[in-house]
Amino acid sequence: MSALADTWYMTGRAFRAFLRQPMYVAFTLIQPMIWLLLFGQLFKSVTQLPGFGASNYETYLVPSIVVMSGFFGAGWGGMAILDDLTRGVLDRFLVSPVNRASLILGRLIVQVLSIVIQAIIILLFGAAVGASYHHLVMGVLVLMVATNLLATAIGALSYGLALLVRREESIIAASNFVLMPLQFMSTGFMALVLMPHWMQDITKFNPVNWTLVAGRGALGADPDWGPIFENLGYLAVLMVLCAWVSTRAFRSYQRSM
Amino acid sequence: MTASTAGTRLAIDASDLVKTYKGGVQAVRGVNLRIPAGTVFGLLGPNGAGKSTLVRMLTTLSAPTGGSASVAGFDIVRQQKQVRRAIGCVAQNSGVDVQATGRENLLLQGRVYGMRGVELNRRADELLLRFGLAEVGNRFVKTYSGGMKRKLDVALGLMHSPQVLFLDEPTTGLDPEARSEMWEQIRELAWDQGLTILLTTHYLEEADQLARNLAIVDQGRIVVEGTPDELKAQLNGDAVSLELAAGSDADTAKSIALEQGGVLSEIGVDGLTLRGRSADGAGAVPALLAALEAADIHVASVTVARPSLDDVYMRYTGRSFNAAEQAAAHAAKEEKK
Repeated sequence: MSALADTWYMTGRAFRAFLRQPMYVAFTLIQPMIWLLLFGQLFKSVTQLPGFGASNYETYLVPSIVVMSGFFGAGWGGMAILDDLTRGVLDRFLVSPVNRASLILGRLIVQVLSIVIQAIIILLFGAAVGASYHHLVMGVLVLMVATNLLATAIGALSYGLALLVRREESIIAASNFVLMPLQFMSTGFMALVLMPHWMQDITKFNPVNWTLVAGRGALGADPDWGPIFENLGYLAVLMVLCAWVSTRAFRSYQRSM
Repeated sequence: MTASTAGTRLAIDASDLVKTYKGGVQAVRGVNLRIPAGTVFGLLGPNGAGKSTLVRMLTTLSAPTGGSASVAGFDIVRQQKQVRRAIGCVAQNSGVDVQATGRENLLLQGRVYGMRGVELNRRADELLLRFGLAEVGNRFVKTYSGGMKRKLDVALGLMHSPQVLFLDEPTTGLDPEARSEMWEQIRELAWDQGLTILLTTHYLEEADQLARNLAIVDQGRIVVEGTPDELKAQLNGDAVSLELAAGSDADTAKSIALEQGGVLSEIGVDGLTLRGRSADGAGAVPALLAALEAADIHVASVTVARPSLDDVYMRYTGRSFNAAEQAAAHAAKEEKK
């Protein structure tokens, strides 16, 4: 009971903090549109490559931008926890009887909210520049679920990292080191068959690619539900694993005091 | 949840508390504390003496490596939930959420402790008023001055009306005006509300002003404990210092002082200055001056000083408080490198 109430109040706190950074809100909403226009123009002609498969690059690109925006945002999540940690806010709550999980859950819920809003805007903007979606309800739902599973996993990892290393520089370095390669070694911008063979092998183990297979597949004309649910399953397992790592990090932080 | 039914008259009871960090750093090396309910207890010591670590253990933030303790009658290891409900804690570095308003900070704090509705709002208003923050209550904390933030910190610690309040260095970094204001607030809390307060400080004056009992902490141990007056009385009285006129023979002066039948003890000479201690400094000076005048030794100036906590600190740790502070600051700098 109090766990639910605590999570509700912590979500409220994180959500207010999110809304109070208007520049940040504006960027999280505008940046994906810039990505969509930029990559849409830059890679337009890849659709003409034999074997690419898709005829409309915007349709191909929209799920990638949704996924990319979601998990990039999550990768920087640790910065907010670090801020609480250095300011002593985290310790203040740890001295209180507040439910421990609510401190992390509140932030993850706000992250889900912001990703859903972001995704809706990208989907609408994508439609305006020529992307088309089939199976609208199921497709959008799967894309949202997949993106949020990935983002929650990455977010939990980022929080854990922040609690362990407690340095902004380390979070920035780790995020830069991991996020970009994961994005480019997926089918985000390029069809699988056109990638070098070694990279095709990597995509099988790349959670970003699992998310794309599920989300893009469900939005496509003729969804093959088997692999879609298989990949959603991988993502769910990954999320549980990352949540576990994050709790371990939390305990280790408390032990270090 | 009424922890007051625990029935103990000791608000804090610690025996042999030890904290050893990974890598073998012994921050706290066997501390015993018995603090009666309703008193202000001061832990005095330089930075790095182990005060904050001790507070972290007593507030359940950090698990002790050895020993045991109860706060408000509850065990700090086995009854963490009850301890957390019974205590308020104002940590050394401010824990306010600067992205929220002062009022929002208080409301969230109250909710975390299970307060709701009218009770919650009334308590927040009451505390804003009490700490002179009523007018800025709806402004973002990032616009607050250091003193205002610190007051909000204390208000947060009091939001759920705790039985025991921990104040870890409450006035560090405040300007003198904000500091004396904070002292006034702390005095009121102790006197009007019967709260037990554990105050850590590295200001001698602060401990002297606020604490009924105090313990001096050095290198993870309590070296001495008592009321400020008791501790000062353990020193051999007032410090008397005589500045001799130019050309005087200080050694002759010293032997004359020694002949005075023990009115001055621990006599030492430093250039033209004669120092000693006396149980009654003001009473000892006239006779001493007369004796020196009779031997044609003239005195340029006389000072009689009541013993200070600095003297107490010096006596029990063998180093002056300032030197200990500087050593701690130096060590911290080295660590950063």
